[in-house]
Amino acid sequence: MADLLDPRQSRLADMPEGLELPHVTLRGRTFMALVVTPAFPMATWFAAFDQQMRGAAGFFVDRPIVANLAETLEAGGPEAVFIVLEGLEARELRLIGVEGVDPALLAGTRWERMPKTLHGRAQTLEAWAETSPVAAGGERSPAPVTSSNAPSLLIDRPVRSGQSVLFEDGDVTIIGPVSSGAEVIAGGSIHIYGSLRGRAIAGLRTGAAARIFCRRLEAELVGVDRLYRTAEHWGEALHGRPVQVMSDRGALRLTALD
Amino acid sequence: MSKVMVVTSGKGGVGKTTSSASLGAALAQAGQNVVVVDFDVGLRNLDLVMGAERRVVFDLVNVVQGDAKLPQALIRDKRVETLYLLPASQTRDKDALTEEGVGRVIGELRERFDWIVCDSPAGIEKGALLAMRFADLAVVVTNPEVSSVRDSDRIIGMLDSKTQRAEDGGRLEKHLLLTRYDAARAARGEMMKVDDILEILAIPLLGIVSESPDVLSASNVGSPVTLHNPTSAAGRAYIDAARRLLGENIVVDTPPERQSLMRRLFGRKAAVA
Repeated sequence: MADLLDPRQSRLADMPEGLELPHVTLRGRTFMALVVTPAFPMATWFAAFDQQMRGAAGFFVDRPIVANLAETLEAGGPEAVFIVLEGLEARELRLIGVEGVDPALLAGTRWERMPKTLHGRAQTLEAWAETSPVAAGGERSPAPVTSSNAPSLLIDRPVRSGQSVLFEDGDVTIIGPVSSGAEVIAGGSIHIYGSLRGRAIAGLRTGAAARIFCRRLEAELVGVDRLYRTAEHWGEALHGRPVQVMSDRGALRLTALD
Repeated sequence: MSKVMVVTSGKGGVGKTTSSASLGAALAQAGQNVVVVDFDVGLRNLDLVMGAERRVVFDLVNVVQGDAKLPQALIRDKRVETLYLLPASQTRDKDALTEEGVGRVIGELRERFDWIVCDSPAGIEKGALLAMRFADLAVVVTNPEVSSVRDSDRIIGMLDSKTQRAEDGGRLEKHLLLTRYDAARAARGEMMKVDDILEILAIPLLGIVSESPDVLSASNVGSPVTLHNPTSAAGRAYIDAARRLLGENIVVDTPPERQSLMRRLFGRKAAVA
């Protein structure tokens, strides 16, 4: 991963543990819920997860978490499922759902009443994301919305702290700043003609093809597809500059536009 | 035409109550009929800052709930005859206020006054929402520090979405009042600079009130600084802000952020000593 990044932009490369630990992937299901997929070996995965939580505590605060335990069950059997659930609970995360396991497995436990399958469009999206090729630049299977009539959202006023813009259907364009403590989440790309000081997460629908553009990067967090970065992961060199963020062969890449 | 003006900030302790009293008094000194309404039910302070604490009989909650008539609860200032106070209750909490009750009281106040200054409680909960609910314009009080600026940003977002004017499709007029500003500390990089704050909040600047012992001593004797010491820097800043609210075009006086002569000559040590 580190070789893809300009060393100026990332301090991850300097952290020895950053190279050892697997990158925990999180996928925005909606702007509210995150899906975590624990992988074996568990101790390593949780160590990576804890490290990410420390690095971006705000990202997890009050954010509902859905655990996909299919891999856990396959690799470690039913006991592992309970160990993982307890592990997530011990981290005081708001676990709101479990998927990838047979509902009967959780019967009689305190997770019995947890939703096992989450219905609605989000799941369809998820299914689509699972089947589509991930290679950057590769052809994707047709999205539910074709590009010719893909809608976009234009916001011509500042996005203030505490406000959340969620547009799953396509691109979001903002004329004005996105404040610290505000978030913009788009199905496609995000264009900000102003300072990005809050969070921007692109590619809920289009995945790795999405990009984030901003006239002035002062962001707290940026994310494309399943990858995100907090401000401390990119150096001072990009601070205050016009920047684009893209997903490049499985790594998040930030480059200056000027 | 009467104007309802909410003085708000999100964050506590930035100077909402002091600013409400000072702006209200300055508007009244300019000949306007002014009432300052304390919305901080349960933590009433405005009566102290305006020196009326020993004259409170009825309060906002009594009027909202219909237990007292508005003229019974209004307290006339002893120094400026066009300045009135509608105090908050200290014994109740914010749940005692209802939206329709507040709307009715604001409607009655509109008939009697040119300016209705609503001193908002801190926070973003019911009390703050009711204080801004019927506002025509807002004064956002901000200190030059990141937490205050972010909270103000949040409040501006709420002013644009949760007020009646916003819900009716209008745009609320918003002004930034920067308080507790210290030019020397801003120059040393210990405080946010005016330009940076304006860039983040993106609303027009109503005035800059420097950190000053005059403000504290005026509050302690129960007199808005515009009455107690109108020639002080803080007093002049509030008087100018009130004149801007009345439509006068006065350039905002930004305290210079450059280093003082002493500091330039002798560096930090000399300035501290």
